[in-house]
Amino acid sequence: MDALIGFLTALLWIAAVIVAAAGVAWVFKTVAIALAPAGVAKVLRTAPLTANFGIIVIIVYVTVAILAPLIAPYGEREVVGGEYLPWSTTHLLGTDNLGRDMLTRLIYGARNTVGIAFVTTGLAFALGSILGLLAATVGGWLDQLLSRIVDILMAIPSLIFALLLLTIVGTSVVNMILVIALIDSTRVYRLARAVAMNIVVMDYVEAARLRGEGLWRLIVREILPNASAPLVAEFGLRFCFVFLMISALSFLGLGIQPPTADWGSMVRDNATLITFGDITPLLPAGAIALLTVGVNFVVDWMLHRASGLKE
Amino acid sequence: MVNSIWLMIAQRLGLGLVTLFVISLLIFGAVELLPGDIAQEMLGQSATPETVAAFRRELGLDLPAHERYLNWLGGVVQGDFGNSLANGRPITDLIAGRLGNTLFLALYAAAIAVPLALVLGILAALYRNSWFDRAINVFTLSSISFPEFFVAYILIFYLAQSGLFPSIAKITPDATLGEKLYRTFLPALTLTLVVTAHMMRMTRAAIINLLASPYIEMARLKGMSPGRIIVKHALPNALAPIINVVALNLAYLITGVVVVEVVFVYPGLGQLMVDSVSKRDITVVQAASLIFACAYVLLNLTADVLSTLSNPRLVHKR
Repeated sequence: MDALIGFLTALLWIAAVIVAAAGVAWVFKTVAIALAPAGVAKVLRTAPLTANFGIIVIIVYVTVAILAPLIAPYGEREVVGGEYLPWSTTHLLGTDNLGRDMLTRLIYGARNTVGIAFVTTGLAFALGSILGLLAATVGGWLDQLLSRIVDILMAIPSLIFALLLLTIVGTSVVNMILVIALIDSTRVYRLARAVAMNIVVMDYVEAARLRGEGLWRLIVREILPNASAPLVAEFGLRFCFVFLMISALSFLGLGIQPPTADWGSMVRDNATLITFGDITPLLPAGAIALLTVGVNFVVDWMLHRASGLKE
Repeated sequence: MVNSIWLMIAQRLGLGLVTLFVISLLIFGAVELLPGDIAQEMLGQSATPETVAAFRRELGLDLPAHERYLNWLGGVVQGDFGNSLANGRPITDLIAGRLGNTLFLALYAAAIAVPLALVLGILAALYRNSWFDRAINVFTLSSISFPEFFVAYILIFYLAQSGLFPSIAKITPDATLGEKLYRTFLPALTLTLVVTAHMMRMTRAAIINLLASPYIEMARLKGMSPGRIIVKHALPNALAPIINVVALNLAYLITGVVVVEVVFVYPGLGQLMVDSVSKRDITVVQAASLIFACAYVLLNLTADVLSTLSNPRLVHKR
């Protein structure tokens, strides 16, 4: 009976959250359309509520990450009281397993976890797209060589491969960034190469080649602009994957190391509270989920727009 | 006719074997790229050169790389993965029971997830653009975005808190099947929730793609009911992409299982691997990676063969 009531209240909560989110998204959309310049407003008008919600989430996270020291009530590594204190006015979300303020850690986590995921995705993208475009433009043995290497690297599931590489190089933040960037760049390479392959055969690229443009200029000035739309959407998707992978590794204790505040390890360190019916450890996990949901909503809309699909 | 199918399957198998061989090379070779020396690293800086040399001999590190690789591969083929670096026990003993547990969990999750995803996907395609479809779309997009441990802890919070299901999936070898199913219900449910979303979305997309084709329109014009059109006419042609995405997600189960096993303290291969990574027990990690990679390659291979078999145009080639 208790379980049923618990389940029903949970359902009620979910419904309430969805309604609230839709409301916030609607307000944001109306305000943004009114304030934005005509061109942007026109695009925003076509955006579904989910995409607006995603944009709000991203804006909030970025603001919190940048302003972390100003918002956070305590220092990131400061021990401020007893262990596992409940929620109170001095510690809004209580304290963690070492007596550090939970809310503060959560806010700094935005900076660390999201920041590291962003850097990693950026690296993976730089590596993957440059090699992918290069392979498509140059073709021949270079294309064959790179593609076969990527095929092999992709034949091993990514988390397993990451674990293997981390065992070899040792667990640290820098190693984790490099390992994940390497693994994810293979996925970016595949897409960049596939997209560029269709562009390389076009007449204007042929003309540019005959005009004597150099390889670098050909890639950056001629091919990249036409390949950017799918690549940007892919960046969003990749970010989600990288973000989830970093969280998973940190959760397993193999990623971002203490005392740096990070959402994955926060869940791990405070997980015991859940069995006592305290939802605090779910908050960092929820923060991860919310950001990925937001980014996915925005990407979904961008892909929809790019493909010209009108249902 | 039949011969060409066998030929195709043999070809794919051969290709799969080559892939596995290259993967084994990669897994073995990655360790070779390690700057420094395993023996030195294991014994620490204070070890004398003599002890390091003795330890190297014991590990077989004094042999050239290709010889060690052949020894290792020869052992692996016979089911002998060597000894653990951390505690010296044979890896085969460490893995034996755990591999079965992991497979059990993955199969359990798949048995729930695959039918569920297919039914939901077909329903979403049938009632596309309705509220049902939109609700499922938002729900699945969200559950793709959730980290596995978030789903796991939510389930623990709601289902284990009240004592309905155990939050720690402890299983003993002599447990009955019913007891095992009960004890591993939460981890299996977590995996199901994580995997179903993607499979369902792809099923829906594959069927909707087909609904635009002329023969479906013909069926509709002659007055067939929408449900019958989808099940009788669209589904057989959508099988190939669906089989592929099912296999892809079963392969994803393999990775998802690692995190879920840790959350539920389930004695499986994934947990062993995570423990070994933090201990830097390279030989165990190598063995576990190889097994996971094997399962991954095999699943993809099966999908390849099955989706070809589901297409009569490829089976009865002229």
